[in-house]
Amino acid sequence: MDYVFQFGVVWRDFPALLLGAWLTVRLSALAMGLGLIVGVATALAAASRWRALRALARVYVEAIRNTPFLVQVLFVYLGLPSIGLRLRPDQAALLAMVINLGAYATEIVRAGIKAVPAGQLEAGTALGLSSWQLFRHVVWLPALRAIFPALGSQFILIMLASSVVSVISAEELTAVADTLVARHFRSFEVYLVVTGMYLVMCLAFQAAFAAIHRTLFARWRAV
Amino acid sequence: MIREFTVNELWLLILAARWTVLLSAIAFVGGGAGGFILAIARVSPRGPVASLAAAFIKIVQGTPLLMQLYLVYFGASLLRLTSDAWTAAALALTLYASAFLGEIWRGCIQAVPREQWEAARALALGYPSQLSSVILPQAARIALPPTVGFLVQLLKGTSLASIIGFTELTRAAAVVNNATFRPLIVYAIVAALYFILCWPLSLLSSHLERRLEQAGSRTVAFQF
Repeated sequence: MDYVFQFGVVWRDFPALLLGAWLTVRLSALAMGLGLIVGVATALAAASRWRALRALARVYVEAIRNTPFLVQVLFVYLGLPSIGLRLRPDQAALLAMVINLGAYATEIVRAGIKAVPAGQLEAGTALGLSSWQLFRHVVWLPALRAIFPALGSQFILIMLASSVVSVISAEELTAVADTLVARHFRSFEVYLVVTGMYLVMCLAFQAAFAAIHRTLFARWRAV
Repeated sequence: MIREFTVNELWLLILAARWTVLLSAIAFVGGGAGGFILAIARVSPRGPVASLAAAFIKIVQGTPLLMQLYLVYFGASLLRLTSDAWTAAALALTLYASAFLGEIWRGCIQAVPREQWEAARALALGYPSQLSSVILPQAARIALPPTVGFLVQLLKGTSLASIIGFTELTRAAAVVNNATFRPLIVYAIVAALYFILCWPLSLLSSHLERRLEQAGSRTVAFQF
């Protein structure tokens, strides 16, 4: 092999990559927050007494979970302008991520609600709690504790998947990497360093979520 | 010149789906072999072998599939092995599937109760036969639902091969869209084609899981 690796150009532009990493984290966090809201709303719809609403929630979840994220991104960015919804790349990326996360969050939230023991729900009902009071005093805390690890993994999954939005040139880590590749023609070196950055981000968030889970829920174990 | 979107274009997309299926099949078979080796290595009593397998799995699961595709694609052309997107995509997706299946199957092997290992040892079986005649048959039953579930993830993952230039379903969509400029209908049809491939597998996976749960609860009831 007569190829000489040159990482020098990558280190020179490392600040740009760090900015890209920050943009990836910010985009993922924003998508996670909004996606969670969509997920809770859809989980409530899926538990609704109206059949049509239940069916709609199911169609949404199944449609998203059985199609590739890349196709969803392209549909939002290239397809939606045909019906008058023209979005900038970063807006399209965020919308696609929220739609995608919403479906997965629905399943997580549903599992969390199911994790609350039936006996506790019956006890709450026997005390004459309304369904809102039941949710507020009986359901949400144990449910949140049950789903916290799954939500953490889902955040990491969307953070890794978000590299795909570089195809529509939304600004994040992979898109910055693409720019550097186009400038220096050092594709292997750039992508190797960026892969390492994703790995570090993934491990750091895993450790952080585990620490949060330990400290936050340790006191509530007796609940 | 802009073409109309006709039955011909629809047919082009449907034909392109076979490359998606073929790529998934290759990655699944290759990943099945790799995943099997990784799972065995993960539960191995030899420390270094187990940690090496664990490290490989951690790296693949902790980095984007797109980066893995880029590294294999550009890495292979640096090594003068190949500059062919088809080979690179097949190789990268095989590594990806190996790591995920390895981790899924490790979980299944470890879900087999410890007493089964002890019983096998008590029958004076060697390690290979403990694994192959006692543990693996029981692990395989638990492994079926998540394995089918992963197949859905793999099918969807093959869409990224379009980014390094392999012409499968998603790439064909871009080609048809460039000729007809009907992005809404093109990407809706492509999404529908993926859905037709993935949904039956998702249903099968959750059906198998429910059946396993029912079988599992019977076993627990039987113990007392």
